[in-house]
Amino acid sequence: MTRFPDTWAFRSPRARLAIWFGWLCLVALFVYCWQVMTANTIWMFIWDAPRQAADIGERMFPPRLSYLPELLIPLWDTLNMATLGTLLGVILAVPIAFLAARNTSPSVLILRPIALFIIVASRSINSLIWALLLVAILGPGLLAGIIAIGLRSIGFIGKLLYEAIEETDIRQIEAVTATGACPAQVLNYGIIPQILPAFWGITVFRWDINIRESAILGLVGAGGLGLKLQASLNVLAWPQVTMILVVILATVVLSEWISAKVRQAII
Amino acid sequence: MTSYPTTWRRPPQIVTDRRWRIALLVAVLAYLVIGLGSVEVNWARIVEGGERGMRFVQGFLQPDFTSRWKDISNGLNESLTITLTSTVVGVAISIPIGIGAARNLAPAWVYYICRSIIALSRALQEVIIAIFLVAMFGFGPFAGFLTLSFATIGFISKLLAEDIEDIDEAQAEAIRATGASWLQLVHYAIQPQVMPRLIGLSLYRLDINFRESAVIGIVGAGGIGGTLNTAIDRYEYDSAGAILLIIIAIVMVAEYSSSYLRKFLQ
Repeated sequence: MTRFPDTWAFRSPRARLAIWFGWLCLVALFVYCWQVMTANTIWMFIWDAPRQAADIGERMFPPRLSYLPELLIPLWDTLNMATLGTLLGVILAVPIAFLAARNTSPSVLILRPIALFIIVASRSINSLIWALLLVAILGPGLLAGIIAIGLRSIGFIGKLLYEAIEETDIRQIEAVTATGACPAQVLNYGIIPQILPAFWGITVFRWDINIRESAILGLVGAGGLGLKLQASLNVLAWPQVTMILVVILATVVLSEWISAKVRQAII
Repeated sequence: MTSYPTTWRRPPQIVTDRRWRIALLVAVLAYLVIGLGSVEVNWARIVEGGERGMRFVQGFLQPDFTSRWKDISNGLNESLTITLTSTVVGVAISIPIGIGAARNLAPAWVYYICRSIIALSRALQEVIIAIFLVAMFGFGPFAGFLTLSFATIGFISKLLAEDIEDIDEAQAEAIRATGASWLQLVHYAIQPQVMPRLIGLSLYRLDINFRESAVIGIVGAGGIGGTLNTAIDRYEYDSAGAILLIIIAIVMVAEYSSSYLRKFLQ
């Protein structure tokens, strides 16, 4: 007769030991990283932080409402930057997505890896870094911001779109092919109707993200609300900073609401 | 006899009313004219920048890793350590908040408090938080660590709370039927169901935190972003190219290894 243990345990002793060892490694790594990170930290500043926070908080209120009219043009610039940047990103991302999708790529061996590399490179560099580079090359202004937003959007739109293309229903494409359609017609009547809702959903979602990002691109000189934020921070005009933050928050909430509504309507 | 059309046109998919379609088209065109008109392009400056752009492309093709290696490795060390510590601390704080923000586990007042913490953390951009934390805590990686921990809380708690709300209720009920306390319920019914996804999310957030740590350095919160900013400000495009290539390489390695690990765990 087999003997069963008297008490029930969640896991076998070996699994418990392995998990315990995993946690030990994580804690050790954390402590080591903490030591490296705080090696040059001046702790006096850190203990001083609550007082600084109270000081800044006191200066920030009330927000300077009379600053609002000056913010309307930067706000318009920010919206333009996000919208035109999204447009640029879409125009560049659609061909790349078709090159990257396994079922539509003309050459899986050469063009697909290149398209995938473009997508990863664009995704791994934040739009603020793109803007930093483009401001150095093109000079400060909206154009640098638009191109930065566009370049960053390629990766996001391209990745989601090529996944949508790979998930299309093969039977519909076969049905269109069976009528004797040429490749362009297969694309137009077989694939595009299937990915269109996903395409609009992705675009609106990215537009919403781009509004958030374009609000701060001005920090590196790319125009819009960020430029005003930087100017106000430089002269320590905290009531103006609060006002700008309120405007940014309102825009973000509004754009998120619009994007949620549109996506609900489409999908 | 009814006459059938001889050609077929694809019916519209999204906006079905013809008048609305035309109105939308006109509105979009009008916006494009106004929007593109508001972009001021200084062609002289761009032509001048063309040469600089070529130099940057050259720097990207022939990156210079050696002459600034000390600064680059310093920045990388800071970025990597910030990434790990902030992810660990952020996830540790977001577990109780995530449990509190799940409607099926927490009473209403806890639910609303936790949801508002999540909304606050998600509404503000990392860079804006970083500006304030740098003003409070001084320049350096500590401000970056706090920024990324704060941003991690919003991300992980929200997704964890949604995951807890989606669990299989039958398992929770079975544990409850044995007379388990609330803590035992969380330990034996909830934790086994959400753990694989929580680990996946944490790995994904590790990846995001590294990317963000490259950005918040621009406003003075430590890490590789500061080094990059300095390199671009000094027009050392070959060093900037090297830094960007390192960032892309690390992000690619992190992305592939984290997706591999997630597949392995699930």
